[in-house]
Formats: sequence, structure tokens, C-alpha cells
Amino acid sequence: MTNGKSIGDTLLRVDDVSVSFGAVAALTDVSFEIREREILAIIGPNGAGKTTMLNVLNGVYQPDHGTMTFNDRTYTRMRPSEAAEHGIARTFQNVALFRGMTTLDNIFTGRTLKMKSNLFMQAIYWGPAQKVEREHRQAVERIIDFLEIEEIRKVPVGRLPYGLQKRVELGRALAAEPKLLLLDEPMAGMNLEEKEDMCRFILDVNEEFGTTIALIEHDMGVVMDISDRVVVLDYGRKIADGHPDVVRQDSAVIDAYLGVAHDAA
Amino acid sequence: MLYREAGQFKTSYDADMAIFPIAQDRWGMIAIVVIAVVIIPLFTSDYIMGSLMIPFLIWGLSAIGLNILTGYAGQLSLGHGGFMAVGGFAAYNLAVRVPEIPILGTFIIAGLIAAAVGVVFGLPSLRIKGFYLAVTTLAAQFFIEWVFANFPWFTGGTMSMTLDTPSMVVFGYAIESTRDHYLLTLGIVLVLTLAAKNMVRSQLGRAWMAIRDMDVAAEVIGIRPLRTKLTAFAVSSFYAGVAGALYAFAFLKSLDITAYDLFRSFLVLFMIIIGGLGSILGSFLGAAFIILLPIFINVVAHNFSDQIKPDFITNAELMIFGGLIIFFLIVEPFGLARLWMTAKEKLRLWPFPH
Amino acid sequence: MLFALEVAISGLLSGIMYSLVALGFVLIFKASGVFNFAQGAMVLCAALTFVRLLELGVPFWIAAGITLIVMMVLAVVIERIVLRPLVNQPLIILFMATIGLNFFLEGLAQGVWDAQVHGLQLGIDDLPWEPLANSTGMLISIFDLSAALICGVLVASLGVFFHKGRIGRALRAVADDHQAAMAVGIPLQHIWAIVWAAAGIVALVAGALWGQRLGVQFSISLVALKALPVLILGGLNSISGVIVGGLLIGAGEKLAEVYLGPIIGGGIENWFAYLLAMVFLLFKPYGLFGEEIIERV
Repeated sequence: MTNGKSIGDTLLRVDDVSVSFGAVAALTDVSFEIREREILAIIGPNGAGKTTMLNVLNGVYQPDHGTMTFNDRTYTRMRPSEAAEHGIARTFQNVALFRGMTTLDNIFTGRTLKMKSNLFMQAIYWGPAQKVEREHRQAVERIIDFLEIEEIRKVPVGRLPYGLQKRVELGRALAAEPKLLLLDEPMAGMNLEEKEDMCRFILDVNEEFGTTIALIEHDMGVVMDISDRVVVLDYGRKIADGHPDVVRQDSAVIDAYLGVAHDAA
Repeated sequence: MLYREAGQFKTSYDADMAIFPIAQDRWGMIAIVVIAVVIIPLFTSDYIMGSLMIPFLIWGLSAIGLNILTGYAGQLSLGHGGFMAVGGFAAYNLAVRVPEIPILGTFIIAGLIAAAVGVVFGLPSLRIKGFYLAVTTLAAQFFIEWVFANFPWFTGGTMSMTLDTPSMVVFGYAIESTRDHYLLTLGIVLVLTLAAKNMVRSQLGRAWMAIRDMDVAAEVIGIRPLRTKLTAFAVSSFYAGVAGALYAFAFLKSLDITAYDLFRSFLVLFMIIIGGLGSILGSFLGAAFIILLPIFINVVAHNFSDQIKPDFITNAELMIFGGLIIFFLIVEPFGLARLWMTAKEKLRLWPFPH
Repeated sequence: MLFALEVAISGLLSGIMYSLVALGFVLIFKASGVFNFAQGAMVLCAALTFVRLLELGVPFWIAAGITLIVMMVLAVVIERIVLRPLVNQPLIILFMATIGLNFFLEGLAQGVWDAQVHGLQLGIDDLPWEPLANSTGMLISIFDLSAALICGVLVASLGVFFHKGRIGRALRAVADDHQAAMAVGIPLQHIWAIVWAAAGIVALVAGALWGQRLGVQFSISLVALKALPVLILGGLNSISGVIVGGLLIGAGEKLAEVYLGPIIGGGIENWFAYLLAMVFLLFKPYGLFGEEIIERV
């Protein structure tokens, strides 16, 4: 899977991150790294802390202690909007689209940080403001073409089926041209055909744009197919980290899955 | 003429991004503007212009302001009348104390002052949400009413409740007749409506809607919640301020704090709910509905009024008004604008609905 | 110092009167998530019906009973005609409907009865309580003390009613999640009708007490506006919150009126409570006792 691309240096390093909610420890001293241009899968049984991990990475949750180092800068805490400014984009487990807006507008919002235009120019909508809109419209249209969602361009996303909503959400994240893309269960609730489409898009994004991707996924087949490396969490701790084939043989991982959740896959 | 878009292919993004991408809408809009600018001033009475059109335009403008805040940015406000008051009083004081400023400039500055006040009362919106925020916006309404009623400085040093507004001159032309007032109002409202339409269809409008639909996700893609909400408060209050100034100068021709009370805040809220949340067109439809409703009730009531006490009419008005609003919410909770959209969609496919 | 104490106590007691009105809001908010703006009109309805019956020569307790029945019938009708068709609509739509209802009820109450000012005597004197006045010199009204007592009993009994037994459990389930409650077979309609009826009872008590103080007339419905800061300060869904909120607002407002009023001008009671509530909310955005809404992604 990795032919034709070269995995580079560390893009993001997580050091000893812990998060707790009241008395419940969601993450305990988790450390790992994400390298440039790789696809990293974070797996684990239900309640292992996977989504919490993503929430820490883009600032939705603040870690109790521990640091993240992104692009050689170290953070203990950051706001979600700061994470976005640094080039981290993401999708959510339960689609978090703007339901009242069209597909086009949803993807457009992903370009927020790229668009510089002030209120008065937008009110006049002439000259610079229109030029800015036009340029970014082209970028948005490229993403719409790429994801093959031309037909639903002007449909409010609240009316779309689930599989397409997930695709629009990916589009919104891509519109920001992120360095690091975080995907929380991008294939949950999809049928086989939709899953294959989504796999293809993820691999294409990784290869064509060179975007680094960290994703959470339950479908082991998918994980083994598309990821370069796997991090396994269980009860908030990291229990394995490595190449998919190696992790698959790991006894701690087998125990975690067999002992805790038979229905994980 | 059939309402069709078949055969209208857009060859550029500019064409697709135009305000009215469908030709029939464009012609319809031009027709409405021609009627408003030419036909109405030439062929209708002072009553139509002065008592129907001017308040319709002013309340429509005010409703656009509230729709930006509530319909687009999702922040419920019950203090809109207060922000209109700021505009009215600011314009009056500017016109009286600094008569050198041309009247259009006065209106703009009045709007900006209202915007600044709106931002101050919008600050809690970062932490306070939903009905809690709605109740705190009442603080703005009551505080502003109190300030203007208690500090004589704002009413030119007199304790008089009602003050006549100074006469207006626009580009050397004195605004005197009802028609002049109508055209001045129309001009301002047209320009600001166009600006509002442009804002809601560009980056700013998308940021507002994103905050409304899901503020956590909006923050994740780099939209700053506080800044976005405050811009909504500022723009909304600017529109309220200009509408409030026009209300005093072009409609009442006097300044009186009771013209901007809590009841007006509710009326504007009704306008946008009945017209359609998140719709510029809906703001005007709602304004028309709310203005015409009492007139309609009155006309009907007066046909029977020989046998009925006036007291009863007042109460019947309240009941019919309240009842109709409930009825409307049950029948079409998304407002007149949605009704209009549905009709257009059906028309577009007619006579083959599938 | 004694004067300040006296001001504070009379503030606390008048705050309880606000709590009484706020209580009606909380009941309905708890059960339906709806902010019922018509609460003020319900107070007016109840007070007008009650006072007009008394004026027609109906004995006190019978008049109270009839008014109670009227308020309950009203609750059932409101549930049937206004709430049921709107059950799955966004909350803002329901909120707007209650504003419409507010106008309707104001028109109805004054149309059926009239718009005059009616004096109302409950048989409780609005005079200083002598034992206290004699021993400490503080002038605290018997009426205020009685109102506080009545309010306390009402809150306690409603608290028991809504926390114990089948109805209490159903109510809490409905408050938590309409859809889920309906799915397990809790009759949402009945619960709503019961809660609106309870809010009607509260409206009658509030209307009677405020009616003696202000006279029964249109402006009595504006008391609801005074109760709103109490409500958001305490938390929209907390019964005990309205008491604490009422005490804080009442005392704060009276103290501000006496000590701040002369400095910045009279009439600050129109907005001071709101400002006070707003400042509190900046630190506790869901009120002192309100349930926090946790946002998940």
C-alpha cells in the first residue's frame, strides 16, 4: 500500500497525555507519533478512549497533563480554532455538519481560514470580495468533483442520506487543505459499496495531496488494508503500536479484543 | 410566463453566484423595484405611502436586522426594540447637536452607535445560550428604555416625552411631502437590503449559519465563535439602529421612547418567525403580515362596530392577534418564505410533478 | 445598620413573591423544555376571575375553588389546542406560540371580565408585625411574612408531588427526553396537562397575593417580567433555584434601590434585577441550580 510515497519525519508527537472526566480516567499517559504522509489508524474496543484522543489532538478537550508537539512546536493546550489555524482538520463520529446549509456552503465553510475579506467588501459584493468568492468557489468545486457529489451541490445537507453526509463532512475538512486530517469512524454505518468509495477517497487524499491522516475505525478489514501503522488503545492506555501485520499478532491486542468486546468488529 | 430554469445553463461561477440565478426571479425583482420606485409614488395616495409603505419598509428593515441575529446566527433576542431606540435617539441628538453632518451620514453614525451598544450586550453570548440569553437581552431592552427616559441630556435637556424631529435635507433637497419621506426610506431600505443579502450569501453569512447549526463544529474549522456572534450583534443592531432612526424621522416625525418598547421587540420577532427565519425575503413578508393584520382586524371590527363597545374591540384584537399567531405557527412553522419556496418548487416542475 | 437589615429583609420577602411567579415558569420548563411566556397572562386570568367572582358575592373559598377549576380547564384546552400540534417543533416555535397565547389570554381575561382596577382583600393586613416591631424596632409586614410562608408551603408540596410517586417519575422522564419518554409509554399529553394545571394553581396564588398588593388589573401580568431574572438566576429547571434566586434578586434589588437609586436616578428596579442575573450568569451560565447542558461531539 505504501509504494509511491515516502513517509517522512514526525509531524505530531503526543507525550504522556492524560485526560479524566471527574473520577473517570479516559486516557492515561498515552504517547505516540504521527509521521508525515502516513495513514495512522487508532483502534481499540468501545470506550478505549479513541474519540477522546482525537478531541485532545484538535483542542476540543484539554489534557490534564502531557504535551503535543506539532510541526516542532510544543503545546499543552490549544483552542479548536488554533488547531485549525495550525492545519489540523477533522470529521466527527456522529456527522457534525451544518444541517440548514447546502453541500456547497458546508464545504465553503471549510475554507474560512483561507478567506480574507472584510465585512464592508462582503456587503458591497463587488470587486475584491467577489474575486475572493470566485477563487474559493473554484477550490470548493474541485473538492466536489473529487468526491463525486456534483448532484447534491445545492441540497441542504439535513436532507441527505447518512453515507453522503459523511462524504460532505470529509469535503469540508479537505477544503481547509489541512496538514493533518483526523477522521473519527469515517465508515461507520455505511454499506459495503459506500465503504469502498470512502476507502478510495481516503487513499486518494493521502496519495494525491500528501495529507497525513489519523483515523479511528472499527472495521478491521479496512484498517489492515489502508493504514501504514496502527495504535491500539485499551482502557485509556496504549497497548500496541506498529505495522498492521505486527499489531495483528500482538497478544495484548488479541486479549483486549477477545476479552472485552466480541462485537468490536 | 412559465417559471422554468430549463435551458438556463450557467457558464461561469459568477453567473451561478449572482443574487438571483434564475431569470424569472431577476425579472420579478426588477418588476417589484419598478413598482416601488415609480408606480407607488406616482399613482398612490399619501395614505398608502405614509401609513402603509413607510412603516412596512422600516419594519422590514428592522426585521432583517433581527433575522441576521436570530435567523442566521441563531441568537434569540428580545431586546431589538432597545437597539432601535438607540438609533432613534442617536440620530436625533446628532441632527440637533451637530447639524453640519448630512442626514444620511447621521443615520449611518446612528446605526454605528447602535451597533456598538449591540456588541456590548452581545458579549455575554459567548457563555450564555438559548433562553438564558433571550432573558438577558431583556436587560438591554429595559436598561436602554430607562436611560433614555431618565437622563434629560438625551432629550435635549427637556423632560418632555415627545420631541419633534428636525427637518431633513438630502443633497440639497428638502424632504417635505409624504412622497419625499417614502422615497428616502425606500432608498435606504433598498441599499441595506442588498447589503444584507450580500453578507448572508458570502463568507460572513456562512460563518453565522455555521455557529447557529453547530457551534462546536464551527470552532473546529476555525470559525471564532465570539467574533462571529459579535459581528452578528453588531450588524443586527446597525440595521435596528437605522430602522429606529427612520422610524422617528420618516414615520412618526417625533421621538418618543415608548415607540420602542418591549412590545415592538416582540412584534419584530413575530415578523421573522411568520415571515421565515433565515430569509431576507421572509423579513419583508413577515413585516407586511404584522402591519396588515391589525388594519384588517380593525376594518372587519368596524363593520360590526355599531353594536359593539370599543373596549371589546381592543380585547378582540388581542385575542385574534394571539390566536392567529398560534394558528400560523401550527400550520406553517417555517414561515411565509418557506410557503413561497414550496410553491416555486412545485411550479418549477408543473405540470409533471415527477 | 438596623435600617439596612430591615431593607434587606423586606427585600428577601418581596423576592419570595417573585419566586412564586417564577415557580410557574419552572414547572412548565421542567416538563417540556418550553419557556412559557404566557405565565404572566395566566396570573392575570386567575386573579381577574377570582376577584370578579368575589365581587359577585361568591364566598371566598368557593370562588377560589371555581377559579382553580377554570385554570385547570384552561390548562387542558391549551395542551389540546396549542401544545399538542406543536409537539415535535423546535423550542423557539413553542416559545413564540406562548407569546401568542399571552396576547390571547390577556384579551380573553379582559374581554370576559373587564379592564378596570379591582381591589382585592385576602384578610391579611399589610401592616408591621407588632411583636417584631416592639422587640427590635424593625418594621416587617405581616403580609410579606404570610406570603413567604404560603410560598414556602407551595414550593415544598410541589417539590414532593413532582419528586415522589408515579407522576414524579414520569415528569422527570419527560423532562429528560420527550421522545424516549413517549417510547416507554409515558403519556406526554397527560403530563403536560398536569403541569400546566399546576402552573395554573401557582398563578392563582401569585395572582391573589400580588392582586392585594397592586390591585387586580392588566399590569399584574407584568409581574412575570420581574420574575424572569429570578428564573434564570436560579436555573430554568430548578424548583429550589427559584427560591434562592428570588431571595437574591429581592434583597439585591431593594438594597440597590435604597442605596444606589439616589446616586444614579430612580426607577432602576426596571433593569437592576436583569443586570444582577446577567452578572451571575457569566459565571454560572445555566443558573445557580440549573442543569448544565453538556455539549458532545
